[in-house]
Amino acid sequence: MAAETEYEPVIGLEIHVQLKTRTKMFCGCELSFGDPPNTHTCPRCLGLPGTLPVINAQAVHYGIMIGLALGSQIAARSQFHRKNYFYPDLPKGYQISQYDVPLCSGGRLGEVRIHRVHLEEDAAKLVHAGSSGRIHGAERSAVDFNRGGTPLAEIVTEPDLRSAEAAREWLTLLRTTLRAIGVSDVNMEEGSLRCDANVSLRPVGSSELGTKTELKNMNSFRFLAQGIRAEVERQTELLRSGRPVQQETLHFDPASGSLTPLRSKEEAHDYRYFPEPDLVPLEATAEMIDAARAQLPELPSARAERFAGALGLPAERARELAFRPELGDFFEVALAADAGAEPAALANWMQTLVERLGDGADPASSLVTPQAFASLVAMVSEKAISRDAGREVIELLVAEGGDPGTIVEREGLGAISADDDSLSAVVAAALAADPAAAEQVRSGNMKAMGPLVGYVMRETKGRADGGEINRLIREQLGL
Amino acid sequence: MSSDLLQLSAAQAAAAIRAGEIDATELFAFYRARAAADQLNAFTWVAEAAATAAPAGAPLAGVPVAVKDLFCTEGVPSQSGSRILEGYRPPYTATVVRRLAAAGAPLLGKTNQDEFAMGSSNENSAYGPVLNPWDRTRVPGGSSGGSAAAVAAGLAPWALGTDTGGSIRQPAAFSGIVGLKPTYGACSRYGMIAFASSLDQAGPLTRDVTDAALLLRHMVGRDANDSTSLELPEEIRLPRRGELHGVRLGVPEELTGSAGGIDSGVRASFEAALAQAQALGASIETCTLPHAPHALSAYYIIAPAEASANLARFDGVRYGLRVAGDTDLDTMYSRTRAQGFGAEVKRRIMLGTYALSSGYYDAYYGTAQRVRTRISEDFRTAFSAVDFIVTPTAPTTAFELGAKSHDPLAMYLNDFCTVPMSLAGIPAISIPCGLSDGLPVGLQLAGPAFSENALLDVAYAIEQALGFDGRPALSAGGAA
Repeated sequence: MAAETEYEPVIGLEIHVQLKTRTKMFCGCELSFGDPPNTHTCPRCLGLPGTLPVINAQAVHYGIMIGLALGSQIAARSQFHRKNYFYPDLPKGYQISQYDVPLCSGGRLGEVRIHRVHLEEDAAKLVHAGSSGRIHGAERSAVDFNRGGTPLAEIVTEPDLRSAEAAREWLTLLRTTLRAIGVSDVNMEEGSLRCDANVSLRPVGSSELGTKTELKNMNSFRFLAQGIRAEVERQTELLRSGRPVQQETLHFDPASGSLTPLRSKEEAHDYRYFPEPDLVPLEATAEMIDAARAQLPELPSARAERFAGALGLPAERARELAFRPELGDFFEVALAADAGAEPAALANWMQTLVERLGDGADPASSLVTPQAFASLVAMVSEKAISRDAGREVIELLVAEGGDPGTIVEREGLGAISADDDSLSAVVAAALAADPAAAEQVRSGNMKAMGPLVGYVMRETKGRADGGEINRLIREQLGL
Repeated sequence: MSSDLLQLSAAQAAAAIRAGEIDATELFAFYRARAAADQLNAFTWVAEAAATAAPAGAPLAGVPVAVKDLFCTEGVPSQSGSRILEGYRPPYTATVVRRLAAAGAPLLGKTNQDEFAMGSSNENSAYGPVLNPWDRTRVPGGSSGGSAAAVAAGLAPWALGTDTGGSIRQPAAFSGIVGLKPTYGACSRYGMIAFASSLDQAGPLTRDVTDAALLLRHMVGRDANDSTSLELPEEIRLPRRGELHGVRLGVPEELTGSAGGIDSGVRASFEAALAQAQALGASIETCTLPHAPHALSAYYIIAPAEASANLARFDGVRYGLRVAGDTDLDTMYSRTRAQGFGAEVKRRIMLGTYALSSGYYDAYYGTAQRVRTRISEDFRTAFSAVDFIVTPTAPTTAFELGAKSHDPLAMYLNDFCTVPMSLAGIPAISIPCGLSDGLPVGLQLAGPAFSENALLDVAYAIEQALGFDGRPALSAGGAA
């Protein structure tokens, strides 16, 4: 029996990012999230007769920042086009988008090449009454134009991803990058980050592209991976059973995890793109590009490399800090406090701090100052307090803030130092309390150390240093 | 008193108000009464009174203006001649109308037009055809037919129109008045219900050239609401030229030869006007616009293509007509648009949709854009040898109602001489240059972009020399 063909997934992503401008792409309405429906509208974003679009300069600025962050070429003159189709969420009957001359072309983020980045306007939001949840079969549908006209950047990658997991990881990097440059909330659940995937398979070793399908509605990182995995499996089965993959658009159902084809009517669009006559070509001047570049912070991937390289952090720890800018910033301020803490120790203790603060919390908005954090880590490094005591101090810092030195003194958490006679006395007491263990240690069974160390720790409430206890036990047993 | 008011041009009326000789309220009431008694179907709505008094010292002093229906006017029906917008009252006012009101020209009424400005006879209005005050069996031209007829019949001191391929100039010619299409971008398009965005321009329809200059002066200028609008290099002046020494007028052979189908009466008036210009010192030269004969073909791709997108918003969802579609969205769309749009609008939407469709885009729209570029270049070349281009505005005088309404191509040929200037975006004016069989003939003058002042000067000199004082029976409005 012939071996089954091995297939390789080829995946490209199309990402829509809502830009965090004050106003909409082509009118002066303020952006809003969660406000009562149709309260952020004007004649322009309702598509009333006679109205004309005016390009939002801030959106262009953000678009250029995205292009620069992704290493794209910024077009000196780009063009808006009309993309024509009828739908109730599209009040003009066309979407103003970019077509053959986008604002940004080419580029790369991590291992993935960028095809293009362009600007466009978001559609309004439709709410369908009835069980279908879609316009067909709905009892009635309502339109909320608050979202209509929100500036969007569409980022299209080359088909450089090879697995669902890689797609998910790369999208995380993109989100981190966009968040770091401050152009978007990039929140998938809220819809400010949306990702469609183009998926095809080809025999391993082939360089040709197979027929692709487009996956939509995967509105979380988990669903993205789930949707792609399901589609790779579906295509693999089709190809193995000798059936062709149809080029189609598939809708991901989060409830069932399954993919259903959109009605062909909904996708059989001829968008009849043509240059938007209501707008002159968009000129991106050298000044505009310089201004965008000047506002770019260090990008997460560069920061991770610096943390790993110059500071010697393990790669994974470096990424954890760099990919959450608020953590990276806190870490760097703590490092700059020059309290004597090593970068690696600070990075390790950052993990503890993050755990204590809870998922997603920004340490900068907690009661813990970077300086307090740094001196705490330094105290542990200098063995002024034990690790256990350090964890206790962090908890107190999170709860009430303040200075770790003061807390240690107040709580009596200071390490009992080696030259402190009281530690010697506690060790002696331990040996006296468990002579059997003491004897075993003396005869070379180091496993018996455990109960002895445990006794000392209990007695000192964890303030003693483990290494020091070890040394004193050996000393007192004459080893 | 009343007939005295009628004798005043708009500029004269403004001066008389400022001099305290007449009262703005009285003038408004006089024209309101005439407009309300309109027997030409020129108006679709007439104001009860001036919405606001003219600000003290306002240059237009309260002389009211009739406005083509497609300009959005807050709270006032703005239907663009279409059933699909019946009763539609916009929540805002077009920039040009706002500017005129601020300059002291309050809204007198809204004037009838071809539906969405698509037509050359005003027979495509959902609100009925407009009659030509010179002969009520004839059309006033279009698409700004209501504005032209209103001014010609003395139902309004002056009026606003829009011109996409000739929609100000041709009705001005048919109605024996002055009509000016400014340089593309001179007037904001904000609030004009769009036909073809890259061609639409607002402009004045007036009794004489001076009125055209005065009204235009208060319409133009960059508007932050319209990205394609521009500041003119100089303010519009009132024309004053009395001679034409050193002015070279070019007669393009492509537009005035046999292809244009210019009838003999029109040609005679045209040539008499040229002779008059020559007598004023102008030289008359033959010039060439090699691609101009293709202008109509390019226009009837570009304009419908843009219109097909511009009219997509009339879908029954948010405003205007909605015809329920049982349970199906697509049926609602198609029923609404089937009942809401007239035949010519549907024809152009289909034409434009086809021209933009996948696989045909480059052959149609792409080619048309290339032709458009060539036509612009033709004009630039021509203007290096002549100062202005002159043609008859339309190949014939006003034709009879119904004469061409079943032959779209014959109708389109009306715009043979006006469309090239629209494609090139250059200013052009039509002034009356005589009568042929008792019907007015228009002379078109076109100049380089932003040459409005010079163009108005030349038009004024010729107007003064011709001394055209033809008026239709002014009782046409009924009130006089």
